[in-house]
Amino acid sequence: MTAEQLLFLAVGAVTLIASILVVTSPRLVHAGLWLILALAGVAVLFVLLENGFLAVVQVAIYIDAIAILIIIVVMLTRAVMRETDPQINRTWVLAGMAALLLFGSLLAIVLQLPAPIRPALLDPESGLDVLGKALVDVNGFILPFEIASVLLVAALIGAIVVARAPMRGD
Amino acid sequence: MSDPFGGLDNFLKDLLVGFGLDATFVAVVLKLLGAAVLGGMAGATAILLIWAERKLVARIQDRLGPNRVGPYGLLQTIADALKLLTKEVLIPAGADRIIFQMAPLLVVASVIGVWAVMPLAPGLIGSDVNVGLLYIVSVGSIGILGIMMAGLSSNNKYALLGAFRTVAQMVSFAVPLIFSLLVPTLLAGSMGMAEIVEAQEGLWFIFLAPLAALIFFVSSIAEVGRAPFDLMEAESEIVAGFHIEYSGMAFGMFFVGEFVHAFTISALTAVIFLGGWRGPGAEAFPLLGLVYFLLKASIMFFVVIWIRGTFPRIRIDQMNAFNWKFVTPLALVVLMVTAVVDKLAIEQGWPRFLAHSTANLLMVIGTLAILRAQASSARRRQEVALEAPVTRPEVA
Repeated sequence: MTAEQLLFLAVGAVTLIASILVVTSPRLVHAGLWLILALAGVAVLFVLLENGFLAVVQVAIYIDAIAILIIIVVMLTRAVMRETDPQINRTWVLAGMAALLLFGSLLAIVLQLPAPIRPALLDPESGLDVLGKALVDVNGFILPFEIASVLLVAALIGAIVVARAPMRGD
Repeated sequence: MSDPFGGLDNFLKDLLVGFGLDATFVAVVLKLLGAAVLGGMAGATAILLIWAERKLVARIQDRLGPNRVGPYGLLQTIADALKLLTKEVLIPAGADRIIFQMAPLLVVASVIGVWAVMPLAPGLIGSDVNVGLLYIVSVGSIGILGIMMAGLSSNNKYALLGAFRTVAQMVSFAVPLIFSLLVPTLLAGSMGMAEIVEAQEGLWFIFLAPLAALIFFVSSIAEVGRAPFDLMEAESEIVAGFHIEYSGMAFGMFFVGEFVHAFTISALTAVIFLGGWRGPGAEAFPLLGLVYFLLKASIMFFVVIWIRGTFPRIRIDQMNAFNWKFVTPLALVVLMVTAVVDKLAIEQGWPRFLAHSTANLLMVIGTLAILRAQASSARRRQEVALEAPVTRPEVA
């Protein structure tokens, strides 16, 4: 076992522990911070797999945008310093089953893959080109890409409509 | 003399391997050493920067500034740092101890982390990742996290309010910041910092994209939270904002983080828009490139201080309106126009410069015309409101 593999396992363990703490910590803000640690752990795993692009995107999107928004929402909607509601509610059995199902299907997919895979993206220079061109290629992913952008514009306009002060005529 | 940094690297490698160490281990040690030197230097500049800023702001305000400790007061900051170090770090009752203590570290780390991709001189760059600009943006977000943790864990209403303001401001101004960073990406055809400097051979990007440079500079100042955007620590409103409960060196870390951040954005402007280490003779003598880079960064830092010394603080609603109604739409327009113009002007050199400068000039004229029309319509509405009789409130 090389030093790199040891590091990979250690970072993976930290990520796993952090993600367990996300659901077990009693305070919502702490849960949000543990979520950030788990997402950062995934970013480090990307670095160890020699894909700097995915690592940077992971930090930019998940930590910069999503996790910080989650914490802002928590801070704005709850009494920040208070212990909140009990950890478990009535639907925990169903939620656990759904999580197990998801984990099982992901495991099945991973086990079906041929053992040593090196996707095109692992090549840092040409991989990015391939990704960028595939996103705007008619034979590639242009339809999902455009649908996603229309969805985002709709969400933007929706946010403005919800947040706007009612006009006097309304 | 052609490659002093590579030479130094080879010398150290040979020395350590000569001691009988494993070559891969030596590579790791040298990387750690480089990171320590770069981070240490970036942190240590704070001592000089704080002195320079105090002196310059004092001159702008017709004062003398620090002039008692050492020649020209040069040792004043060291005395202040020693005082902070000897003070107790108080942790308020009811605070979240671990988060409270981690917050200043994250703020400083996020600032120093940017220097990892800064091309200091030809061949002298910590790590030439091909998505350098994206890396800068995402590392900067960790600073937002640190500030939020500080405000949240302090168990103080002013700290929480300051954190809210800070996060609102930093998240808002990240939008035009990223848009304005996409313009040099378009022009250079790369997000790597070293390649952006390479692409500015002959013509700096500030001549091709002056508006993008201005937007980048203004939103960077807002991102640092310097005057006129220092409403997150407005003394008259919320005392000191997110760092109100911090004392001793824990407060000192925030302070150092802010000053290094201000110099970092100056250096980023120098690298992305002013050609970085480019200058006469820099290719042949890399050390000269380092001098050019520091000179350009210092000039931009002077502008940052100049702005701080001359502009009054804006209110939070003015900050939000300025960002969302003015800077962000303008940045979007600049990005789209630059993309189209750069596609049309295929030829490098003068045709490209002329096309871009004409487009920028037209955008400036258009912006000024829109602003003038809006101002006059607002003035007319105000006049109507003033003329309305007070006895009929339904009219007003």
